[in-house]
Amino acid sequence: MIKSLKVLNNPLSNADNQLAILEDKKLHSHASFKAKLVASDLYPLRANAVEILQINVGKMCNQVCKHCHVDAGPDRKEIMTMETMQLCLAVLAHSSIKIVDLTGGAPEMNPNFRWFVTEIKKLNKHIIVRCNLTIILANKKYHDLPTFFKQHDIEVVSSLPSFTKDRTDRQRGDGVFEDSIKALQMLNAVGYGVSEDNLQLNLVYNPAGAFLPPSQQALEIEFKDELFKNYGISFNNLFAITNMPISRYLDYLLSTGNYDSYMEKLVNAFNPAAIKNLMCRNTISVSWDGFLYDCDFNQMLELPVSPSNSRHLSDFNLNDLTNREIVIKQHCYGCTAGAGSSCGGEVAN
Amino acid sequence: MSDHYYNADDLAKFGNIAEYQKEMGDKFFSYYGEVFKDGHLTAKEKSLIALAVAHAVQCPYCIDAYSSDAYEKGYSEQQMMEAVHVASAIKGGAVLVHGVQMMNKVKKISM
Ligand code: SF4
Ligand code: SF4
Repeated sequence: MIKSLKVLNNPLSNADNQLAILEDKKLHSHASFKAKLVASDLYPLRANAVEILQINVGKMCNQVCKHCHVDAGPDRKEIMTMETMQLCLAVLAHSSIKIVDLTGGAPEMNPNFRWFVTEIKKLNKHIIVRCNLTIILANKKYHDLPTFFKQHDIEVVSSLPSFTKDRTDRQRGDGVFEDSIKALQMLNAVGYGVSEDNLQLNLVYNPAGAFLPPSQQALEIEFKDELFKNYGISFNNLFAITNMPISRYLDYLLSTGNYDSYMEKLVNAFNPAAIKNLMCRNTISVSWDGFLYDCDFNQMLELPVSPSNSRHLSDFNLNDLTNREIVIKQHCYGCTAGAGSSCGGEVAN
Repeated sequence: MSDHYYNADDLAKFGNIAEYQKEMGDKFFSYYGEVFKDGHLTAKEKSLIALAVAHAVQCPYCIDAYSSDAYEKGYSEQQMMEAVHVASAIKGGAVLVHGVQMMNKVKKISM
């Protein structure tokens, strides 16, 4: 099994080292993200709402994908405790936040995952679970996840970089494609992805290599055709997401000599139209230990939200967070390239 | 001037050809953009055709551009190599079919 950067003591497991590379002018001479925003009259970048609470319930995962920005894996032990979940619930109970986006790692591996979902549901929030699919097959205790998701009316968002085994397994590990197909069939069997209106099953496409995603619309049509024709699988939407030049994907870019040209691609594809719907503008990301960030990427780079009085769930101040200035660095080019990118796919349309 | 004819960095400068003839350059690029849009053929299918043609015309810039583009659009290594074989078969066939012309001539002048 491949190990996480952290367990390998790879210098890139340290956020400061990643930031030093991203900001190093000797490695590339591209304009700073800030300068680009200034030139487009979009600086400072500010949030305009807090509608989504994206909660990272832990870095433990049954997979070790090559592009993972979390550096997740079976060897990661950081897991959100029930006490921290209680703090999330308190924030949700006292705010107008409508959507809770549960991510990880594999969020289902958190021992309190089901309890947490049930409690969030009592608060009448829409829940998204970022399910890596293979977890459903990983152990008998997870086989009933599709039914559990259905009972709680959860929106399932799952990664599948290709409708072919070769490309999927190269990014996500041997055997992942086969298990993902089985898991998708299990989700379809309980009613996921078959109707427009309920039990949404959305797929995420990340490029399996050093390139940007092609057109989301064209990919969706192709994925729908191929998955249905070959495996009888249906799903609702496909979100095309750009790989962020951080963590394991940064390691991949550097070790294959692709870093420079990838950054150049991102910078050249800068699209000011993507700024309006950047996910950081309506989301707060929560780490396993309860700290607050502008997005999951800033969380992994340990860049806390700007309001210093509201950096942990225990000090959550909705007002200050709503109008906060977003903390930006060079990796933000990953969200503004081409049609833009967010946890919900393209943002410039 | 560099001391070799092809330079990978020149691919990114393709647009500069409009500097010396703006009207024609602009028309070419707008036509080019139109050709590669989704139409009765998808942009993806067009990319694979472009890859095969790039090999047939042996343009290193086009091979560079369409190897990336076709892979990014989801073609596998095997599919891309088969496309190159199609180009090769057509080019080889185009050479060999002229063998008939050679045979005609030889048959005419031989006893
Ligand atoms: S990308 Fe998702 S499934 Fe893959 S290792 Fe990271 S958290 Fe796990
Ligand atoms: S990485 Fe993207 S989502 Fe995060 S702060 Fe930068 S632009 Fe916003």
